[in-house]
Amino acid sequence: MRGLPLPALIVAAMATAAAETAPEAQRSGYDFAGREIRAMQDDDTTNPGMLWVMQGETLWAKKTGAADRSCADCHGDARISMKGAAARYPAFDAALDRPVDLEQRINQCRTERQHAQSLAWESEDLLALTAFVAHQSRGVPIAVRTDEQLRPFFALGNELFHRREGQLNLSCSQCHDDNWGKRLAGSVIPQGHPTGYPLYRLEWQSLGSLQRRLRNCMIGVRAAPYEYGAPEAVALELYLMERASGMPIETPAVRP
Amino acid sequence: MARVLINLPSQAKRGEIIEIKTLIAHPMESGYRLDNTGAAIPRDIINRFVCTYNGEEVFSAELFPAIAANPFIAFSTVATESGELVFAWTDDHGKTQTEVRQIIVE
Amino acid sequence: MYVRHSTLPTRRMILAAAAGVSLAPSVTPARATEATMVEAIRALIGESTLQRGRVKLELPAIVENGNAVSLTVSIESPMSETDHVESIHIFNQKNPQPYVAAFNLGPRAGKASISTRIRLADSQRVVAIARLNDGSFWSSSADVIVTLAACTEQ
Repeated sequence: MRGLPLPALIVAAMATAAAETAPEAQRSGYDFAGREIRAMQDDDTTNPGMLWVMQGETLWAKKTGAADRSCADCHGDARISMKGAAARYPAFDAALDRPVDLEQRINQCRTERQHAQSLAWESEDLLALTAFVAHQSRGVPIAVRTDEQLRPFFALGNELFHRREGQLNLSCSQCHDDNWGKRLAGSVIPQGHPTGYPLYRLEWQSLGSLQRRLRNCMIGVRAAPYEYGAPEAVALELYLMERASGMPIETPAVRP
Repeated sequence: MARVLINLPSQAKRGEIIEIKTLIAHPMESGYRLDNTGAAIPRDIINRFVCTYNGEEVFSAELFPAIAANPFIAFSTVATESGELVFAWTDDHGKTQTEVRQIIVE
Repeated sequence: MYVRHSTLPTRRMILAAAAGVSLAPSVTPARATEATMVEAIRALIGESTLQRGRVKLELPAIVENGNAVSLTVSIESPMSETDHVESIHIFNQKNPQPYVAAFNLGPRAGKASISTRIRLADSQRVVAIARLNDGSFWSSSADVIVTLAACTEQ
């Protein structure tokens, strides 16, 4: 059976401390990746994720929808207007009265302002646009708000992160807070910070979103994964971004 | 048209060896993966890459399914004269995509 | 990579189907073996002998994912009209096919060096062979340990 071998399962289950990662001890998945993967990420001319960023740049300027409007028509040069944006998502949407992540915000612009069709989760175009927008925040420290109206969603994300789930009955925290740095079936367990999304995962042979990665984690512990865009998924994203406060965005990252 | 990233200097000295890095978006479907009905997903890869320099072939590669998705190929060539470098990728269907880059050689 | 020979749905497939996840496990109906690789190399070199050396094959000793393994092959050569590398051939031991790629160089390359990213289905040996213009063949090999990614779609 692929996934967790029994010894690791026992070790993880026995960990009782629920220590959070102190800011000084925050380490990106980049630090846990091997030399070749880091080299792939460092060079924009050989980073496969950049192929999607390039596609996103083309889509940014393309007029679309019944409004025949491009992103650029309202937002101008993304290098200026989108700088720092990804570092602040998920963000609260007053009209919806809940947080939305970057993908949802992009689709909201498409449907409400461009009068175009929503882009499907994990579709090439949505990945490309999200990657292009997030890339404009590369180097910007993560800083999401979790105050006021966001408090209950942050609390939900916090609870989900610490809740045991799945047939293997493990919580995110048990691996990513208590056992990061240790090996799981040959792979090093990272701290689980979403600094580089959407990222090129070698396992997918493609760029993919944070939600896709979280679904992989949940399948890993044999839990039914959240549907794309589910409130739990966004709440967890919000929690994870807050947990990664101060860490610079790396989009598009490369990971195993 | 698949997205392509080509890295090469825009100018070089005559006789200088230049490094060229190429990356093209393509799933390189190996033919060995199964879909969720258990049927094999048919092979569909880029099987040939050619670089010509002012019309003369200076480098080529024959690729098999063991080449990773979004194929990356880095090679070198001697900057002999100013002109055009043409990069061509051909897939299993016989379709070729070409990209052209200029180089100034002094 | 996960090799499955039974056609009955596994528990994982049923669970995955319930979760709406699509699967793409890899199956190798006829795995390459050391013998297949040797046969493929023999087809390349014919009656010539394969000499060890001169070829520098750079591969990581252990990789976190076999889907994209960085590989560089370089050969010390003047790359002149009279003394150059004509082609570089990469073979593997345990993928479904022994062939990985063939690169055609020549004096216009300036130096005999190529880099690419390859797929390795399992921990195995990779062999790089250079053919020189004088008809000689030189080779080098490297062993790579391929670890599986944890927490995937399967």
